Amino acid sequence: MDRRTPLYETEKAMGAKFTSFGGWELPVSYSDILKEHHAVRNTAGLFDVSHMGEIIIEGRDALSFVNRLITNDLSPVPDNRILYSPMCYENGTVADDILIYKFSGTKLLLVVNAGNIEKDEAWIRSHVTGDVTVENISDRIVQLALQGPWAESIIRKILNDENTVLPGFYWFIETRLFGKDGQPPLKVLLSRTGYTGEDGFEIYLDISENGKSDAERLWNGILEAGRDYGILPVGLGARDTLRLEAALPLYGHELSDAITPLEAGLKFFVKLSKEDFIGREALARQSEQGIKRKLYGFEMIDRGIPRNGYEVIMNGSKIGYVTSGGPLPSLGINGGLALLDDTGLSAGDTIGIMIRERVCGARIVPTPFYGKKYKK
Amino acid sequence: METRKGLYYSKDHEWVRVDGDRAYIGITDYAQDSLGSIVYVETPKAGRKISKGQVLGVVESVKAASDIYSPVSGTIIEVNDALTGNPELINESPYENYIAVISLDDPGELSELMNDEQYAEYTKGE
Repeated sequence: MDRRTPLYETEKAMGAKFTSFGGWELPVSYSDILKEHHAVRNTAGLFDVSHMGEIIIEGRDALSFVNRLITNDLSPVPDNRILYSPMCYENGTVADDILIYKFSGTKLLLVVNAGNIEKDEAWIRSHVTGDVTVENISDRIVQLALQGPWAESIIRKILNDENTVLPGFYWFIETRLFGKDGQPPLKVLLSRTGYTGEDGFEIYLDISENGKSDAERLWNGILEAGRDYGILPVGLGARDTLRLEAALPLYGHELSDAITPLEAGLKFFVKLSKEDFIGREALARQSEQGIKRKLYGFEMIDRGIPRNGYEVIMNGSKIGYVTSGGPLPSLGINGGLALLDDTGLSAGDTIGIMIRERVCGARIVPTPFYGKKYKK
Repeated sequence: METRKGLYYSKDHEWVRVDGDRAYIGITDYAQDSLGSIVYVETPKAGRKISKGQVLGVVESVKAASDIYSPVSGTIIEVNDALTGNPELINESPYENYIAVISLDDPGELSELMNDEQYAEYTKGE
């Protein structure tokens, strides 16, 4: 049976519809996917993302150990900063894409994808060397994402100490929320991160002390604080359309154990010149020999909705497939991302998407589809 | 979930409304609610023969594409073109917005479908 987050009953009582994702039964929508999508773009949305995994790495050698597992470089990263990185296999394909929260050189938090938690933990443990401990704390962490232009205003309302300095983009703090009514405040880790292309926060709460009641307090408290701003609870359906518009990769689609980060356009997060790391040799070779297929954004010219797995055609032959596709609600068009043979394609070029045995016209466009300037 | 008296219902959540020899086909309230926001409808071509169980069209929600199966056999004599530009009409009133009209080959096929009470009972278990 699929696993459920500590907020399952609360969400069910709110009328959420559930779906199976990465071994979890998660809310796909609370009201309407499109409404929830627009709430995140225009006001604010709250997601329960407790399915994400959290693994703590501690010890004298924690930093050099993690740096060997990932393609990006942790060594210049200051404390309280967050680093995004692929984590690769020896052959250069992606085991997972993760966030690394640096508390210090001897304590790091890895946030991993829900479907990869056990696999990642085993992979990490199998490479342990030196003074390092690995602890999977996923089961006791509730993670919420508050996203949208009003996210900062809503967080300010619920800070225990209103003089708290909020973190900038990809920074985090440990702080306390609520408690001005005399109840004990909730200790949380608060980071300025997200998966929507909007400003916002991710909030990590350890529920090992008070269990589900703390999770419910956090969830209900944020919805209450955001009510006047038009906040909506948002499910996985809109999470997917939002991240697709921002062209953020989803493991299992744009990244997988058959795709390298270079093919997925994540060259910036692969530091070939840093000290040795797993997959370096394969990635250096691919980089030298040329990357034969790449991820492209496209939008539909003809009617029809592109979906994951659909073939892409050019001049009568197959040049690749759609990794993610669907409606892009903020743009009012259909489009997606496709992994295509690199035949010198550029923005404006016409390709064909096979939709139910018919070739439908589409054009290559720059990504992200949706971009917004916000506080960094 | 709303069901309507006088309509026939299939296990795949299509409804049939018979008017003389014309059978209007659509998807049920239960189906539209399960799918969520409908953003695309692919209607069939008028004039085509279709057998019961064949794909009559496709309804796409934000998340996925779902086939609509013809609950009866016959000739497609009309399609609802309004759905091309306004697929959300199915969410708004699923029983008013048919997908196609079929001229029935065998009205006897209707007896294999459910009535509103049977369908309401059927969707309870889903």
